[in-house]
Amino acid sequence: MTALAARLRFARTSSGRIGLTACFLLLALILIGPVFAPHDPAGIAGLPLQRPDGQFLLGTDSLGRDVLSRVLWGGRSIVGLAALATSLAYVVGIAIGLVAGYSRTLVDPLLMRVMDVILAFPPLLFLLVLATGAGHNAGILVFGVATVHVPSIARIVRAATQETAVRGYVEASVARGERVHAVLRREILPNILGTVLADAGIRLTGSIIIIASVNFLGLGLQPPAADWALMISENRGGITLQPWAVAAPAFLIAFLTVAVNLVADAVARSLGRSTAQKRVAR
Amino acid sequence: MTELAAPELALSDVPRRRRHPLVFFVVRRVAAGLATLFVVSILLFVGTNVLPGDVASAVLGRDSTPAGLAHIRQELHLNRPAPERYWNWLSGFVQGNLGNSVAGQAVSGQPTPISSLIGDRIKNTAVLALFTILLLVPLSIGFGVYAATRAGRSVDHAITTVSLVAISLPEFVTGTLLILLIAQWLGFLPGVSLISIGDTVFSDLSILVLPVLTLLAASLAQTVRMVRAGMVEVLRSDYVEWARLSGHRERDVVLRYALRNALGPTVQVIALNIQWLVGGIVVTEFVFGYPGIGQALVQAVSARDVPYVQSVGLLIAIVYISLNVIADLLVVLLVPKLRTAQ
Repeated sequence: MTALAARLRFARTSSGRIGLTACFLLLALILIGPVFAPHDPAGIAGLPLQRPDGQFLLGTDSLGRDVLSRVLWGGRSIVGLAALATSLAYVVGIAIGLVAGYSRTLVDPLLMRVMDVILAFPPLLFLLVLATGAGHNAGILVFGVATVHVPSIARIVRAATQETAVRGYVEASVARGERVHAVLRREILPNILGTVLADAGIRLTGSIIIIASVNFLGLGLQPPAADWALMISENRGGITLQPWAVAAPAFLIAFLTVAVNLVADAVARSLGRSTAQKRVAR
Repeated sequence: MTELAAPELALSDVPRRRRHPLVFFVVRRVAAGLATLFVVSILLFVGTNVLPGDVASAVLGRDSTPAGLAHIRQELHLNRPAPERYWNWLSGFVQGNLGNSVAGQAVSGQPTPISSLIGDRIKNTAVLALFTILLLVPLSIGFGVYAATRAGRSVDHAITTVSLVAISLPEFVTGTLLILLIAQWLGFLPGVSLISIGDTVFSDLSILVLPVLTLLAASLAQTVRMVRAGMVEVLRSDYVEWARLSGHRERDVVLRYALRNALGPTVQVIALNIQWLVGGIVVTEFVFGYPGIGQALVQAVSARDVPYVQSVGLLIAIVYISLNVIADLLVVLLVPKLRTAQ
């Protein structure tokens, strides 16, 4: 109950409300925007680098594709991949943290040392190394971004598990003869989930930032995919002739990350956390 | 911190009777850093060698013939087992031999030592980082303290909100928006930071302005928020109240009593943010076409220049991990409670 109350409380702060509204607007744009796309996002519709006019409301890009249509289609990958990577990170991080926190054997220090090594990598370097070794594609990107998040999630889960494992109701269920996975899933997990998910929004912002950055560097999604970050890097060369092909996706990414982070900040604050202590990994 | 007996050496400028376990802490932290680096080097090697396509096919590209491939493999010792290649790379690296660039060889047909390619780039990156840090430190302390002394007022809200927005933006978006706004629409400052052959970065410092601003945006926002948080806490403490009640001027209370005590955590925050600049520099250099080591790394990844990514990656990891160690050591040096803990 308290968790639910706290979750609603964030919407009462003005920054939380603004962020939430902006998130809904963007989600609507991303989900139903493609229906209103006037042109094929991948098809060449006119001359390259045309300024906005009646036919192309945001002009055309460096290959002559309609910028508006590409903008309407291009939010799916960024949000979808970030959500996927963040969820994957939580699933793996929670599993590792539960096992490490509940186990009283060598498994715990072993898992945590592995986590320390991942933390020692600058996140972007980690992704660049992966891109060199395993190629440039969305699957590798999601795997890499999830891996970058796992250690810090596992640490929080481990600490919360250790705290919860000594409670009376957990000991009672162990005494009843419940199996380990039942104890973890039914007794411990539901009680630590609130704590663990409190900074999900901040991690989602982090995923969006790093996925967009890798795509921008040309080391993630490959052309002709319609993706906001990729659009910026494709059209940078024509910025003097047709700034809108760069400005439109840049504004949308800015709008997206700020909106998600406003909500994340408001949620974390309503749960009594200081987000000042965290920064999304780059 | 450590349960070991106090060592012989104590900080001469810290007048305490008890000897400090500081040296052991330093040695232990540095040793842990070196061990981490070793593991990171293994991961770098394994990570860049995941795909079956090897360096030889990257050198020859489309012109590859089985005979040519075999020749190159022989020449680059690619037919040796992976542990042996790893060891050769690492021992060479430690002796200053970073290996040969595959892309360089593909272009010139000659073995191109990586060390000959990166000298100027490291200098350029160092200049960019240095300018950013020189502005970051005073500005974050200044804005952070200012916001903290006005906590809850509109100036504080403005600083907090602006910094939240700045933190949220990826560097490449900040950089792109700055190029659009300042270089394109307002028409001053170059939007591309190229250095012509024969020139150095100091020939035209205006190329540094937008990259430094881009890097400052996210890192400054972060440090300001954290300095503010630390300072607000200190300003609420009993001894600050005591200093006020004793009739000290507010200025003295803030600068002489509160700031000094907030400085320990602040230094760590700033050190950590300098560490986090690593990723930002790579992206920022790419946005502005600035010829630093980060831009070269991105190009090497695109070209799958495995030896280059390995060696430059390890160099970056060394900087990153060293900064982490330094941040930890600084905190212990600056926070008396930690320094004297047994």
